[in-house]
Amino acid sequence: MSVFLARRLATLLATLLFTSLVVFLVLEVLPGDPAEVILGTEATAETLAALRAKLGLDRPAAERYVTWVAALATGDFGLSHAYSQRIWPLIAERMAVTLPLAVMAMVLTTVLALLLGVYAAAHHNKPADAAIMAVSQLGISIPSFWFAILLILLFAVELGWFSAGGFPGWSKGFWPALQALVLPAAALALVQAAILARITRSAVLETMREDYVRTARAKGLGRDRVLWRHVLRNALVPVVTIMGLQFGNLLTGTIVIEQVFTLPGLGRLVFQAISNRDLALIENVTVLFAFIVVSINFLVDLLYAAIDPRLKARDV
Amino acid sequence: MSLLEVNALRVRLRGPDGPVEAVRGVSFSLDRGQTMGLVGESGCGKSMTALALLGLLPEGGLLHGSVRFEGRELTQLSDRELCRLRGNRIAMVFQEPMTALNPLHSIGRQIAEPLCLHRGLSSEAARGVAGELLHRVGMPDARARLDAYPHQLSGGQRQRALIAMALACEPDLLIADEPTTALDVTIQAQILELIVDLVHERGMALILISHDLGVIAETVERVAVMYAGRIVEMGPVATVFGRLAHPYSRGLFAAIPRIGGGRSGGGRGRLAAIPGRVPDLAALPTGCAFADRCGHAQPVCRLAEPPPLAVGPEHWAACGRLDAVLASDG
Amino acid sequence: MSSPAALAGRGVLRRALRHPSFASGGALTLLLVGVAALSLAWTPHSAYLIQVRQRLLPPSGLHWLGTDTLGRDVLSMLMVGAQNSIMVGVVAVSIGLTAGVALGLLAAARRGWVEEAVMRLADFGFAFPAILLAILFTAVFGPSAVNAIIAIGIFNVPVFARIGRAAANVVWAREFVLAARAAGKGRLRITLEHVLPNILPILVVQATIQFAIAILAEAALSYLGLGTQPPNPSWGRMLNEAQTMIFTAPLLAVFPGIAIALSVLGLNLMGDGLRDLVDPRLARAR
Repeated sequence: MSVFLARRLATLLATLLFTSLVVFLVLEVLPGDPAEVILGTEATAETLAALRAKLGLDRPAAERYVTWVAALATGDFGLSHAYSQRIWPLIAERMAVTLPLAVMAMVLTTVLALLLGVYAAAHHNKPADAAIMAVSQLGISIPSFWFAILLILLFAVELGWFSAGGFPGWSKGFWPALQALVLPAAALALVQAAILARITRSAVLETMREDYVRTARAKGLGRDRVLWRHVLRNALVPVVTIMGLQFGNLLTGTIVIEQVFTLPGLGRLVFQAISNRDLALIENVTVLFAFIVVSINFLVDLLYAAIDPRLKARDV
Repeated sequence: MSLLEVNALRVRLRGPDGPVEAVRGVSFSLDRGQTMGLVGESGCGKSMTALALLGLLPEGGLLHGSVRFEGRELTQLSDRELCRLRGNRIAMVFQEPMTALNPLHSIGRQIAEPLCLHRGLSSEAARGVAGELLHRVGMPDARARLDAYPHQLSGGQRQRALIAMALACEPDLLIADEPTTALDVTIQAQILELIVDLVHERGMALILISHDLGVIAETVERVAVMYAGRIVEMGPVATVFGRLAHPYSRGLFAAIPRIGGGRSGGGRGRLAAIPGRVPDLAALPTGCAFADRCGHAQPVCRLAEPPPLAVGPEHWAACGRLDAVLASDG
Repeated sequence: MSSPAALAGRGVLRRALRHPSFASGGALTLLLVGVAALSLAWTPHSAYLIQVRQRLLPPSGLHWLGTDTLGRDVLSMLMVGAQNSIMVGVVAVSIGLTAGVALGLLAAARRGWVEEAVMRLADFGFAFPAILLAILFTAVFGPSAVNAIIAIGIFNVPVFARIGRAAANVVWAREFVLAARAAGKGRLRITLEHVLPNILPILVVQATIQFAIAILAEAALSYLGLGTQPPNPSWGRMLNEAQTMIFTAPLLAVFPGIAIALSVLGLNLMGDGLRDLVDPRLARAR
């Protein structure tokens, strides 16, 4: 494996470790007594002691942290206090909603942003460019959950094409389930697409000023051909970087959007965990979120190497 | 009919503070098999002249005058029609081999591209031709280098690849814009020799652009000295260098270190032997643009642009004080 | 980068007012601040008075934007909500600005492992989204506006640390800093006398953008019930309450969103404009 990727992998692991530490500190050390967080301040001394014993909270914090991380490393997410069941099946069930939602939103974001961004760059300083930039400026300024509400207003309340929320479950068939995710995905995609379209446009414009683009034109390639063959792939590096960060944004964005559309995803699980004061569940889902975010960024690094042969040169 | 006829070519660019006249009335013609050099400091309009011939001016650039290639008026052609000429009948080699190649495409693919485009070759066939071309331009281990990426090649090798790319469709006119400036001195000579050999071998016409009089003297038959967007002196190399007429040409020549030859001492941009700086093209004085830096200047020089005056057979210079300058040789 | 002195120069105000993004963004931001200031002294009705018999009234001469589910005047709530948004923005950005810039300046002044540590910390901050942090906080301390603001503020720290360090490094490489060092001035003095004033314009631009992001984040948190708590009006919370009435009173879900969007748009435009004015070179390259 290349040094480049090995370093990135080390960073990934360090970030995860640090995340788990922060989560543990905030949830179990900062408040003093986790048992009191779970049961509330009005709990009696006996019930608190019982819970402490049950969850092993009488052990020192450092020991509890190490045990937790060691279990996580083997894929053991532990037990949910509120649900009285193992956490992993709970998560897996919710992931079946959140992941497809995030992926759909990402696909929508990418398609929209690349089309608009490239189109705007190809029509630089023309009305189409100005219009796309104005719309994207507006898109960046609109809160995604409000856009979600507007979508509900239009497509559910006025037109009745989609339901205003809820999720039938994949067991009720692929299409009904997918349909329930269309509006949420669109709501998530708007803001990210607006940002990505701007990045794409400026990356394409920047690349068009490169010497090799002039070389390509001197070979007799027309503007469009140069754009597709020489400019796009070179402009992709900054675009892919932002896309990696955006997938993380989309994922955490699902927390809000799932609430708007009452979708039974990971975000709502976190929410219910908060109202249930289910510490173990909050801890594990938070670390899982962080894990997905940093893994995506690692994948982006892998993508770089695929896009740019110069990075492969760093292989040792 | 000449292969290339350029008449009263003007280029106006969009500058930071309004339009800039980068080329101000350049005229010359070139026949098949002829070679010509454009020489001058950076910013004198020589590169813009070349880009104007290909219709590749930067965004916002405006072109006036006439460029006829085999009798066809290029300035009237659409971009589509120009695309059929570029890389096919007229090819160009650029200055910076480091940045003129697409870093993400293999060398072979980049050389094959014009062949697929203009000759309709399959990518397989084009790859074969590309291999031969790379071999011809002296790339060591040519076949194996087809799959190399630009970052894996040295500067000289990249320039060879760029030359191979320009030659791919056997153009009638090759424009080389400072093809050796970015290279080591030893490599410079090899690349120049390669270009000269190829031009003779294929009967191409060549326009060589350089700031380096030495390079021009060794390589081409005819030379045009450019200053502030105009040609100030033109003629056969031997004649011109035998009797430099324009004070600016003389200054350029004086800037060359005599022993060893090769690069001009001041490097690009400034010349040790000429006082003052290249004038601001956005705010040129009336009259001769060189007057402010010229030791022979008289008030008359600032009244009007001097017309070209004959110095010898096919040799002219645009200097209002030509007699005095030539007489000063004593 | 121009110096703050150049930014404060005479022609700048005229240039700024003629800059379309800055002028329109500035106008929107002024409107936001003006409405918030006005609401301190006057609102058409009370933003807190519950009148169940007046609930869900459509817009009229009396209630310009109608009333909500509890009969409160929507316009008055929006006006008071503006205070809330500005407060969140100011505090959250101040937290991020103070801590982040201090870290960034420290990194640039000391280099070496200090710089490395600060940057890795900043990297981590980017991998850990604000909303998760806010959720953690509320899980422990219960939902409140203060917790939301702190979470957003902490999220701002790595942003300013990065930008502060990058800009400070540029200044440290300049001749006048070299001259100051040659004159025997210490790192702290150079940082305060030369580095900080020179990176100020960049920080102001970023602060404007982060202000907009803070408003968006607070709205999202309040919508989730993790931010501003009733009875204090907040735009995000109003949207949450409006959603339950979406079939009967759809307009309730429109006005607060417009208020958020206009505020954020104004700040974003102003930030873009400021960036152009601070660094004209970038503007031309665009």
